[in-house]
Amino acid sequence: MIEVEKNIQDCDVLIVGGGIAGLMAAIAAASQGAKVVIAEKANSRRSGSGATGNDHFGCYIPEVHGDIEEFVKELGQSMCKEAVDTKMQRVFAQRSFEVAKDWDEWGIDMRPHGKYEFNGHALPGRLRCFLKYNGENQKPVLTKKALEVGARIDNKTAISEFITKDGKVVGAIGIDISKSVPRVKLYRAKSIITATGIAMRLYPSITPGWMFNLCNCPAGTASGRVAAYKAGATLVNIDVPFTHAGPKYMERCGKATWIGVLEDYTGKAVGPFVEKPSKECGDITGDIWQDVFLEKKANGTAPVYMDCTKTEPEDLEYMKWGFRCEGDTSLLEALETQGMTFNKHMVEFDKYNPNMQGCGIEINERGETDLPGLYCAGDECGNFNLGIAGAAVTGRIAGENAASYVQNVEGVSDEEILNSEVVRNACEFYTQLMERKEGATWKELNVAVQQIMSDYCGIINPRSESMLSAGLNNLELLERRAKASVFCANSHELMRALEFWKWAN
Amino acid sequence: MPPMIDKEKCVKCMTCVQICGMDVFGPLDTKEPTVMYPEECWHCRACVMDCPVGAITMRYPLPMSMLFQEVPSEQETGCRK
Repeated sequence: MIEVEKNIQDCDVLIVGGGIAGLMAAIAAASQGAKVVIAEKANSRRSGSGATGNDHFGCYIPEVHGDIEEFVKELGQSMCKEAVDTKMQRVFAQRSFEVAKDWDEWGIDMRPHGKYEFNGHALPGRLRCFLKYNGENQKPVLTKKALEVGARIDNKTAISEFITKDGKVVGAIGIDISKSVPRVKLYRAKSIITATGIAMRLYPSITPGWMFNLCNCPAGTASGRVAAYKAGATLVNIDVPFTHAGPKYMERCGKATWIGVLEDYTGKAVGPFVEKPSKECGDITGDIWQDVFLEKKANGTAPVYMDCTKTEPEDLEYMKWGFRCEGDTSLLEALETQGMTFNKHMVEFDKYNPNMQGCGIEINERGETDLPGLYCAGDECGNFNLGIAGAAVTGRIAGENAASYVQNVEGVSDEEILNSEVVRNACEFYTQLMERKEGATWKELNVAVQQIMSDYCGIINPRSESMLSAGLNNLELLERRAKASVFCANSHELMRALEFWKWAN
Repeated sequence: MPPMIDKEKCVKCMTCVQICGMDVFGPLDTKEPTVMYPEECWHCRACVMDCPVGAITMRYPLPMSMLFQEVPSEQETGCRK
């Protein structure tokens, strides 16, 4: 039988995922006196899609942007098409500058050139909604702050299921992967804030044989969405996958960090927005017309390239600095070591396969889901999404409200956690996976899920009821085969298998 | 395979093992950092950035090669702006 830690971990607020949203939720809840634990399957100092940095932070400053409605409208027309819940956008806008100022005070450089500057992710002549900042140290800074205000961080701990009682969340099941042999770690919590980020690895990478080559954090696999759904929360926009674009074959975020023009192979701009790119406005075509890459292929004028040769030298330096702020030092290193120079070459761009951003758990203005005690923040939310800034603000809101909620909630007993059906079933299942000596690997399961998602629920071919129904049937067939054959040799493999088991379950 | 550890420089502080977001170096109960799951690397360079002695370098696999070419001249294409 898989080892189960005897002591049940007790807290008021359990935060699932130590990314930007989880850390901000922890800081807010612990600052209000709640006993907070973050369960993070990697290490909060460098985990999640903000691991090594970001350079754009959506932020509303009344003195800069004027009427908040104009700001919300601009967000909806440029960057937030996937999650047009304007009430959430308004709540975000109202709290965004307060968060930016706190980050600045805590040691994240929100004013790298002395004042708050809004550059990139913008159309010429229109409101610029994104602060340009240097986020390369954001994860260590927020981790330090969370620890300072009294939150505990359980690194290398993957949460697999939520425990409910009488329609409320009361705890969660974690797997401690810090050692080769996994241990089940049970949590009792009066409230849970789930913040497991963008769901990646449901669809193949642009390099199908290189599965972890993804633009966002490949460790995010919708764990929170599935645990929340199984516990009874509502998911929204789940059928609307998001697609990103960037350098072909090396998936990276940061397309607004580029200061150049998207062009076809003849050097003709593919979009109408920019001829002379600048640090204020690069080419936003990829944000607004996401199918440009597919349409150019279909009409015989592909590939599409990013051309920075017309960018002024000082703006090129600003762009390279921006890549470091964004955490894209690997992109810079790969370009430089492979002989690319920005003033001579253009880089081929393409659309990446879908991920789940802007599709997930529904929240209200307080960060609550419709399951009592369960809150959600960041990229896991289904009706609001705005990257790092969205994660920071919704994290704070969820943390504040969860801390208030737990004041009037009684916790359950150790026995109620230990004897719950979900704990018994989970331990039995994890034991089967660990005791089997041969069979299918987690990677086989992951690849099998990806090919079904891509073929039956993809973005290239029109979706139809018959194909979606067939895809669901195929996932059920996969589940039966996987259940009878997957084996895990150690804690790492168990973590990976459980990331995808839910999709075949 | 990415990442690569220079065993001569490594001081076995285990920082890379702790902070890797993909668990590429495996669990903490090992004696020294070893790249156990190279194909799961995200190439985020966190281990390179946080290694206190500069013992880690990143190698980018062939399937992830950057694709680029010289910008065509007006004469070459006849339609460049």
